[in-house]
Amino acid sequence: MRIGVVTFPGSLDDRSALRAIELAGGTPVPLFHGTNDLKEVQAVVLPGGFSYGDYLRCGAISRFSPIMESIILAAEHGFPVLGICNGFQILCESHLLPGALTRNADLHFICADQRVSVENTDTPWTRGYTKGQEIVIPIKNGEGSFQCSDETLQELEDEGRVVLRYVGKNPNGSRNSIAGISNKRGNVVGVMPHPEQAIEHLTGPSEDGLNFFSSILKEMVGR
Amino acid sequence: MALDTVKNAQENPDALQPYKELGLKEDEYASIKEILGRRPTSSELAMYSVMWSEHCSYKSSKIHLKQFGEKAVKTDALLVGIGENAGVVDVGQGYAVTFKIESHNHPSYIEPYQGAATGVGGIVRDILTMGARPIAVMDPLRFGDPENPDTRRVLPGIVSGIGGYGNCLGLPNIGGEIVFDDTYQGNPLVNALCVGVMKHSDIKLATAHGAGNLVVLFGAKTGGDGIGGVSVLASETFSDSKPTKRPAVQVGDPFAEKVLIECSLEIFAEDLVVGIQDLGGAGLSCATSELASAGSGGMDIRLETVPLRDPSLSPEEILMSESQERMCAIVEPVKLKRFMQICKKWDVTATVIGEVTTGTRLNITFNGELIVDVPPRTVAHDGPVYNRPISVPKYLESLKAVDVPLPSTPEEITAAIVKLMSAPNMADKTWVTNQYDRYVQGNTVLSQPEDSGVIRIDTKTNLGVAISTDANARWSYLNPYEGAKLALLESCRNIATNGAKPLAVTNCLNFGSPEDPEVMWQFSETVRGLADACLELGLPVTGGNVSFYNQTGSVAILPTPVIGVLGVVDDVTKRTPMGIKPNQEIYVVGKVDDNFSGSEWAYIHGKQIGDHSPVADLDMEQRLIKFLLEGQSIFDAAHDVSNGGFAASIAEMVLRTNVGATITLEGNVAAELLAETPGRVVVAIDESNTNAIVALAGKYQIPINHVGATGGNSLTINGGALSIDELRAANTGVLEKLFG
Repeated sequence: MRIGVVTFPGSLDDRSALRAIELAGGTPVPLFHGTNDLKEVQAVVLPGGFSYGDYLRCGAISRFSPIMESIILAAEHGFPVLGICNGFQILCESHLLPGALTRNADLHFICADQRVSVENTDTPWTRGYTKGQEIVIPIKNGEGSFQCSDETLQELEDEGRVVLRYVGKNPNGSRNSIAGISNKRGNVVGVMPHPEQAIEHLTGPSEDGLNFFSSILKEMVGR
Repeated sequence: MALDTVKNAQENPDALQPYKELGLKEDEYASIKEILGRRPTSSELAMYSVMWSEHCSYKSSKIHLKQFGEKAVKTDALLVGIGENAGVVDVGQGYAVTFKIESHNHPSYIEPYQGAATGVGGIVRDILTMGARPIAVMDPLRFGDPENPDTRRVLPGIVSGIGGYGNCLGLPNIGGEIVFDDTYQGNPLVNALCVGVMKHSDIKLATAHGAGNLVVLFGAKTGGDGIGGVSVLASETFSDSKPTKRPAVQVGDPFAEKVLIECSLEIFAEDLVVGIQDLGGAGLSCATSELASAGSGGMDIRLETVPLRDPSLSPEEILMSESQERMCAIVEPVKLKRFMQICKKWDVTATVIGEVTTGTRLNITFNGELIVDVPPRTVAHDGPVYNRPISVPKYLESLKAVDVPLPSTPEEITAAIVKLMSAPNMADKTWVTNQYDRYVQGNTVLSQPEDSGVIRIDTKTNLGVAISTDANARWSYLNPYEGAKLALLESCRNIATNGAKPLAVTNCLNFGSPEDPEVMWQFSETVRGLADACLELGLPVTGGNVSFYNQTGSVAILPTPVIGVLGVVDDVTKRTPMGIKPNQEIYVVGKVDDNFSGSEWAYIHGKQIGDHSPVADLDMEQRLIKFLLEGQSIFDAAHDVSNGGFAASIAEMVLRTNVGATITLEGNVAAELLAETPGRVVVAIDESNTNAIVALAGKYQIPINHVGATGGNSLTINGGALSIDELRAANTGVLEKLFG
């Protein structure tokens, strides 16, 4: 199972995402932003980082990368895409997901072990979790506050498209404590917390994040 | 202003030059004229002024620092020693690790965010320049009175500058220190450490040899920021009467640096450079003269080819600019095409600005006119050397013994712990450390508040490195010779506590003005102490940094030698963290005495310092390190005893995992609780390992004391109980309240 991870200029968690795919049993495939070649991967991860230094707005420049043309086109036909942190921001800028990520309420970068609940297990990235399962994975961002219009919020909630929700104190002022969402079809998921940094006890707060990567692999095998 | 060419300098030998404004002394200017046989051109003057600054030339410290070489132990572990951008040590399995610590104190006071950010950027480029992938950073910080409004200006800016730059580079921040003392009010200390890893075969050096090879400048364009940063800013005492120095502070762009890192590593992987140097302090002046003098000596540079952000810059300004995120490489002509392809892939600007020549002089032209013609060694290495006068400080004659309350009843003990743990120096630092990414790269095994930062470097074999930085400036104030030794020992003990064998030492020596003989005495004693202790412990000093002029008017900072020690952890899965679990037995390893001088307990009672520093017991500490390393298999948790004494250590262990402890202290209870006698560690073991720890202590002749057990919801010492919630309430929120 080939899963791609895109490196944009300024991507940081690309190598961790590649490692997570490997640990989950998949074949990690590094992809580069400068070409539109998806190298026959079956799903793609847009990793965390500060692509293009967050210039203009987080993700606003990466969204125009040649590789994003291929990803946007494929995603519209059901191709699985997971955006983590900066990847989530890129997905919002690409309009594959609604809403926007803005400065954290306290205006600081926050790195913390965050408890979140998995609310939607009907996506290819979260099927391995049980609905309502609470997991601990790190958040580390300066602009993680999810904002959208009242109508969009209603729609996300009504259609069960909130994938992850912060448990306890809302760390950054996100509307309805939203930590991750999916598109209508469910194939495109964006999350602010970093599942790829919670894949082994030695280096993360838990192994709770690994299931994102095993879920997609199981999904692919099932197809 | 007309171009001041070499020809012009010869024809107008008596032209007045602003050497004083550039920070050069009368006799230094005279020796430049002697070297050149004429007056320098304005461009040459610019180069000499920055390269002969205290910051670049180490002119006041050199004669002392040479002890690190003279007293050095011979060790095969040292692959590259002092003199290069950073020392490199062998950590086994074909890996080499490079690490170094530097100061960015003065810029950070003037412009906290950019000053601190570019401090991180500079040290990261030093590590990159050695051929290594940077894998972590640490930041030892010192600030003035936390209640002072200016600390509120400086601290949040510095913290977000470090985070803003380091987070964006994708470097986990794994430790450091935050210490408050009034002497740092006008001179906060921002020290930045970076560690990088590479294979032995990938080590790169800063040298330009091979006539015909090309000099390539790559990275950001050159702007007008940071002009004279090293000479005007870092090599002078601040005073209120002078105009603001903000233009001398560089402005950082971490994204440009991140791309530069990836681009450089790809270039290194294909072996496309002969030599490489980063552009930091003194910019192009430093890079060209150092590269040339480390090679055969000859180099031609065409200065008008340097890509500029601001086209109005004069040649002098181009030579002095400290614009960030730039590197200078020596590339064979046949490899240039591939070099340029990689730069293009990463959108990094790269320009051939000159070539290595068969000559022995560094010649710089500007639009065809010769403006610099110098022997590069005279710029880079033959700067002035001062043997500055030293004298034993007067203050040592009037030191007073510490007078502090000595808690003994249960009520006094709990009150003391609350008072101690809520003091800004002891309070929880999460408000700061949560602004730093500790997870990125996915190899962080331990990070603050643990005793050391531990990073895995091989995911298959679990080989890793541990680093700690420490200083106890109050002990250094009382006795700089012992203070330096004790800082080194604490740093060694910190990494050994987590399971790492000490391997190499770096240092950042922060002091007041070298022109003050008493400061110079503190400095010389510090270097002597550190060199002696390194020799005895068998540890090489792989590099470091001296920061003088941390002084406002006549008030110098406490002498603050920050010592970083790097160690190897053969298997990071075996590391011992500080967090306890229920039903463990607690031991205090090492022996306390009743000296409260320089302790935190004394500090929070009228900011006392005291009359004598502890004396470093190198023999015992070496046995203790062996005890700690061999004991890793039986320790479930371990935590060094330092600031705040045992009380702080056990409180931190309780808070780390929310598990209580019940402790009984005997003898001099106040000292057992609060004295900071070096050479002590708290360890927690399973009861079944009782015989093993007793035997191990016997083997290394280390005193151990069983003081209690873990469990419950409170920290209870001699009957005085504090619930974990009460303890946490005292310890947290302190920095938020002050700076949030």
